Amino acid sequence: MSVQAWTFLFVALTFGLYIGIAIWSRVRSTRDFYVAGKHVPPLANGMATAADWMSAASFISMAGLISFIGRDGAFYLMGWTGGYVLLALLLAPYLRKFGKYTVPDFIGDRYYSQTARMVAVFCAIVISFVYACGQMQGAGIVFSRFLEVDLTYGVMIGMAIVFFYAVLGGMKGITYTQVAQYCVLIFAFMVPAIFISILMTGNAIPQLGFGSQLTEAFGGGYLLDRLDGLSEQLGFPAYTEGQRSTQDMFFITAALMIGTAGLPHVIIRFFTVPGVREARKSAGYALIFIAILYTTAPAVAAFARANLINTVDNVEYSAMPEWFGTWETTGLIRFDDRNGDGRIQYTGDAETNELEVNRDIMVLANPEIAGLPNWVVALVAAGGLAAALSTAAGLLLVISSAVSHDLLKRGYMPEISDKEELLFARMSILLAVLVAGYFGINPPAYVAQVVAFAFGLAAASFFPAIIMGIFNRRMNRQGAVAGMVAGFAFTALYIIYFRFINPAADNPGSWLFGISPEGIGSLGALLNLIVAWTVSRFTPAPPAEVQALVADIRRPEVD
Amino acid sequence: MAGRNDEAYWKANIRLVLSLLAVWFLVSFGAGILLVDVLDNIRFAGFKLGFWMAQQGSIFVFIVLIFVYIRRMDKLDARYRRSGDAGEDAAQ
Repeated sequence: MSVQAWTFLFVALTFGLYIGIAIWSRVRSTRDFYVAGKHVPPLANGMATAADWMSAASFISMAGLISFIGRDGAFYLMGWTGGYVLLALLLAPYLRKFGKYTVPDFIGDRYYSQTARMVAVFCAIVISFVYACGQMQGAGIVFSRFLEVDLTYGVMIGMAIVFFYAVLGGMKGITYTQVAQYCVLIFAFMVPAIFISILMTGNAIPQLGFGSQLTEAFGGGYLLDRLDGLSEQLGFPAYTEGQRSTQDMFFITAALMIGTAGLPHVIIRFFTVPGVREARKSAGYALIFIAILYTTAPAVAAFARANLINTVDNVEYSAMPEWFGTWETTGLIRFDDRNGDGRIQYTGDAETNELEVNRDIMVLANPEIAGLPNWVVALVAAGGLAAALSTAAGLLLVISSAVSHDLLKRGYMPEISDKEELLFARMSILLAVLVAGYFGINPPAYVAQVVAFAFGLAAASFFPAIIMGIFNRRMNRQGAVAGMVAGFAFTALYIIYFRFINPAADNPGSWLFGISPEGIGSLGALLNLIVAWTVSRFTPAPPAEVQALVADIRRPEVD
Repeated sequence: MAGRNDEAYWKANIRLVLSLLAVWFLVSFGAGILLVDVLDNIRFAGFKLGFWMAQQGSIFVFIVLIFVYIRRMDKLDARYRRSGDAGEDAAQ
């Protein structure tokens, strides 16, 4: 069977599964719709959180990025996992104890203020929306490359599927489809990784193959030593050496960790479990499920890099395998025979380099590069779709609950009934799907860059406000609002300045303290904390009932 | 007595969280970023230690930290919940 036939088969099977789950899990109340009735078991919630969290970027792009930047790629790995420690220890149990439906719910009640609630609604919608557009685009890319359907149809099919199970089942439907999607995506990521690890090092566990000796066919010696040698020989920096400054690494890692812990679609998952104990447990399970992919990714990155260099360097263009031509036609691999010798020279020197390889294709093309069977190649497409759709669904639910619950029910239309609220929730999902789909088909040129926004903004707005709401009893509404506005505005302006207004100045020389726009969210979070604390010292303490609320969040749970 | 009990519980909780976060900081920001070049002088199997901590090792430690937290909090909760019902101060 051809790759395309296998791909159609896998995609059809997985989509059938998702639709089946959606029909089984349809809901009738807002409680089921927003938080799955609060009875998701911790193990299932851990898997759902992992799928919710691991997006098209984790699945498709991350290993590829690491394989081109080497050791510095660690900020993705540590940043996107270390955030779960913060989430488990500082946020999840307390927010579950608080027991409402959304993040703006907590901000609005804890800071006894409609202004604070609306600031939180605004942040939640901006952050989730930016993120959702990227997912739709990711799904579209997988469709157009593997199934060779037009990008527009690809996005529309993806939208229709997500819409179907999000509207029918709300959080409950999303949760159980995410469990299935986790299984699909982790299987699709691990199978090729294990195959390649066996092929290159003889070790079936990629995490160990990463530190093993290469087989004779690949030249022997430790993989990483060989990679360092090859890189330097071709004029690239050594793979295991860092290029970014230490302080930039520090701040980017911190921004990704804090941002992870502050992302509303991740936090909201911990509202769906029966109790505080289960919230803690599911954070632990979630990190295990995420770590399976995240500890494999750096190994895949190293395998892919070594494999690519071995395959192309100084080899005749006419002798390239079939996949090279396929990816060349998509424009994601470009070869320009500058010195006219008919061979590919791949070097770190811009003057003599003849090959451009798009980073995103490393995971998608890796099985082909390693010559794995067709069904393995096809599996990767189904995995990429599972990763994109699961994250998109989680984000759409945040947008919908922010509109129907926080903006309408608890904001401007408190008189609506549960049934009407549910209808509004479903309508806002429809609207969000359509808008996200539109941007998936007509991506604004800056989609990739705005992703830095989502993390920076979550880090600078939500995280400090929630942390202080729990750990600082004296924190009041004036402090929290001032802090959120200051952190959000500072981070947004810094990124806008360097990414859109004056991109020419976007270099370490002109950055504040040498911190890149990707890392500025951590400074924004710090600013938020300082402003909030200072303002709260000069304004009245929160009312007694709010202090009682904080005391209750801190008390052990009674079963 | 409930007030004092709550306070003792909260203090024990903060102590636990701070000590776990200290480890979290040491393995990620410490070993993976600040001291990475020093640790790279130590090798095991095909890895330099600093590189390994930055790309894999810290993630394994994160998992252990969360599970230690789960276990310790379960015990802490059980102790204070029981004592809360009996109206005694169980911090002793």
